[in-house]
Amino acid sequence: MSLAPYIPLLPLAGFLINGIFRKQLSKTLTGIIGSGTILIAFALSVMVFNDVSAGNTGDIVLFDFISVADLHIPFAFKIDQLTSIFLLIITGVGFLIHVYSTSYMHEESNDHFARYFAYLNLFVFSMLLLVMGANYVIMFIGWEGVGLCSYLLIGYWFGNTAYNNAAKKAFIMNRIGDLGFLVAVFWMMQTFGAVGFDEIFAQLPGEASTATLTGITLCLFVGAMGKSAQIPLYTWLPDAMAGPTPVSALIHAATMVTAGIYMIARSNLMYALAPTTMMVVAIIGLSTAIFAGTIALKQYDIKKVLAYSTVSQLGYMFLGLGVGAFTGAVFHVMTHAFFKALLFLGAGSIIHAMHHQQDMRQYGGLRKYMPITHITMLLACLAIAGIPPFSGFFSKDEILVAAYAANPVYYYVGLVGALLTAFYMFRLYGMTFLGNFRGDTHHVPHESPAAMTVPLIILAILSVAGGLIGIPELFAENGHKLQQFLAPVFAKGEQQIAQHAHPSHSTEWMMIAVSVTLILLVIIFAINKYRKYQHTKDANTGFASVLENKWYVDELYDAVIVKPLIALGNLFNRMDTGVVDKLVNGVGRAVQYGSRQMRLVQSGNVGNYVLLMVIAIILLIRLVFYS
Amino acid sequence: MPIDYYIYLSVILFSIGVTGVLTRRNAIIVFMCIELMLNAVNLLLVAFSKMHHARAAVSDAATSIGTDGQLFVFFIMVVAAAEVSVGLAIIVMMYRNVHNVDINFLNRLKN
Amino acid sequence: MSTTEIIFWFLSALAIFSAIMVITRKNPVFSVLYLIVTFFAISGHYILMNAQFLAIVNIIVYAGAIMVLFLFVLMLMNLNKEGEPRKNRYLLWSGVIAGGMLMIVIIAALQTSKPEIVDSFSKGDIGLIQNLGMALFKEYVVPFEISSILFLSAMVGAVVIGKK
Repeated sequence: MSLAPYIPLLPLAGFLINGIFRKQLSKTLTGIIGSGTILIAFALSVMVFNDVSAGNTGDIVLFDFISVADLHIPFAFKIDQLTSIFLLIITGVGFLIHVYSTSYMHEESNDHFARYFAYLNLFVFSMLLLVMGANYVIMFIGWEGVGLCSYLLIGYWFGNTAYNNAAKKAFIMNRIGDLGFLVAVFWMMQTFGAVGFDEIFAQLPGEASTATLTGITLCLFVGAMGKSAQIPLYTWLPDAMAGPTPVSALIHAATMVTAGIYMIARSNLMYALAPTTMMVVAIIGLSTAIFAGTIALKQYDIKKVLAYSTVSQLGYMFLGLGVGAFTGAVFHVMTHAFFKALLFLGAGSIIHAMHHQQDMRQYGGLRKYMPITHITMLLACLAIAGIPPFSGFFSKDEILVAAYAANPVYYYVGLVGALLTAFYMFRLYGMTFLGNFRGDTHHVPHESPAAMTVPLIILAILSVAGGLIGIPELFAENGHKLQQFLAPVFAKGEQQIAQHAHPSHSTEWMMIAVSVTLILLVIIFAINKYRKYQHTKDANTGFASVLENKWYVDELYDAVIVKPLIALGNLFNRMDTGVVDKLVNGVGRAVQYGSRQMRLVQSGNVGNYVLLMVIAIILLIRLVFYS
Repeated sequence: MPIDYYIYLSVILFSIGVTGVLTRRNAIIVFMCIELMLNAVNLLLVAFSKMHHARAAVSDAATSIGTDGQLFVFFIMVVAAAEVSVGLAIIVMMYRNVHNVDINFLNRLKN
Repeated sequence: MSTTEIIFWFLSALAIFSAIMVITRKNPVFSVLYLIVTFFAISGHYILMNAQFLAIVNIIVYAGAIMVLFLFVLMLMNLNKEGEPRKNRYLLWSGVIAGGMLMIVIIAALQTSKPEIVDSFSKGDIGLIQNLGMALFKEYVVPFEISSILFLSAMVGAVVIGKK
């Protein structure tokens, strides 16, 4: 456990070296430094994980960060089961993506290549800080840090205005959420007089009323909405696909967007004591899952499909949190990190092969040209669709069962979402890999180099087998290793939740059978529909065009929020130039005029000065002696 | 002699010096008036020195009280001599530049 | 009226008269000469107050050296002509009134002070070279040395300014 503080230090060192010497280092060296630091961090994370498995948990206080009056905020790391799981995900997936990037970004010039790795390392550092912090303030530092890196990496190709706008959009949307987080932190300081996890949870239940806790948790959830792209703050995530594809895989699929899940899972006791918030979380999560799923149905940009899929899956995780299945949510974070990173990296491999063509209508028949990418992508699609025994099945099933126990309506809506997922993923699969090649036949796509395919294969293995650590009771006694591992973290929170009757085994069997059958049917339907996809010039009509245009949410935000704000800004601008400036300039001009008159006293004539001096002395003596 | 008389004499001499500075335009005469003011102050210092010595000498005939005042006068003379040398050099230079010693020509402070 | 008082009044009258002459003469050379007379009168006052050393120094340094310097400058620049343009009447009177006001105000301010007698002929030899020399080279040796540096710098300054 004493090694834990070095885990975030390594990426920081990588960031500094790559950032400072970006002009000097060769690409190979940059890649080695960038990936190597993460690899060592991963090795340390494995050691920490072993340590934690043996029961060595606790806080590591490094130094006093803020010390004001009664408020003491140490710079401390909390090492426990939840942290160690996230450490493994971040450094493990992070390392694979770093390796992948060395090949994917190879076309960039030397210093831009190093800049990319510096940002990526800084991101990993911030993300590690976020999950390791032992209080909300340290978490907030990481929270802001990942937001910053996300901004920097989305706008990595800063020559492109659209990309810059996407970066700004992501940053501003995140800021809205961050404000909620910040308010929650101050509220907690006021209520509990502390921000440390242990200090706050020790005062619960009892120290704070349900209303206060509901307020705090809702504010925290606003932060999570921004970071994890939930309705209504989700629109930045699809735009964030402007960044390089490995960035989308690491930041906008596997790690950063799950920060909200981590934060709520970490605060499970507070959420458990605020049932209203739990309901809000569940409903927002569920509606996001469905809403984003419907949009994904009609997108043609391969990365946009994956982005909406990510939003949708994040919605599932929030549904899990909202119904009290904290373990299920964390489980889904983990499996999702595997298969969504794989999907993004596979998409990156395709984009790389297709010379930055992202439109799926130009793909088709890539199965022949890119066998490894094809197989790994197929496995990932099966995993995300929830076909047993792939990893997605276990995690999604756990969330859906918990949702059923809380409220059957959640389950049915969630099931529809799962069907949507299966449909759009196999639409993507069909359009990309099946049928005939529709693109420019002069550029025959080719399989990507080993640095890209090896991470794909590793992630594919994880996507297939990752679910086996969480086999439900139904299949095997004590099969759910993850639940047992995480039990100490969630014990207090789960105690507080009114336990819903767990559905009987027969119900559960039926649910699994129904969902798997339906999903299989949807997959067959989707493959049939898109296997022979031919591009037609006809624009989508009716509902399909609404979906293609993402329900016009961006336009709605533009009309409801942006336009009035701009109008207000213009009004203030006119008021500023018309009233305030005139006033200020008037004062200035009056002073100028007065000064020009006063200046005449300064004749520059020494004699006059002396005369004035003598008169002043006379007045002074008069004042001193006769007053 | 009452000390008042010396004070009055000094004040009168000093005021004459001030009046000279105010009314004359010739830089050299202005300078001389400043010397006059310095001497008025010197006279007063010596008078006070004498006054304090006389009062102390009533009880102790060998007292050296009052020495300080006279030494101050001495130092004022020293400084005045230095000042005059530099000041006159400046006036000479001014005369060389504008061929006049009228202080009204020295209104460059205006701009 | 004792001899001392007669001498005092005589010297005072002489000093004030010649001081007024200094500021009223049109020819700067006369002003210089009257200023020398003033200094002699003040030196007489010094002797009256048993400050013999200062009296001599005053005559040597002021009347002897400084005033000769003034005369030299006047002669070199050929300023002894009565060509000084008068100030305008308004400024002239304002200067005189201001100076007179200053005098009146200071004298009025000192009216309430306690009268004290200066014993002109009391014993005491603090004004002699022996006593002043002892003090100067014991307690005041540092300022004395510093004043020599002041002289050096003044000399350098005068030469530099004069050479331009």
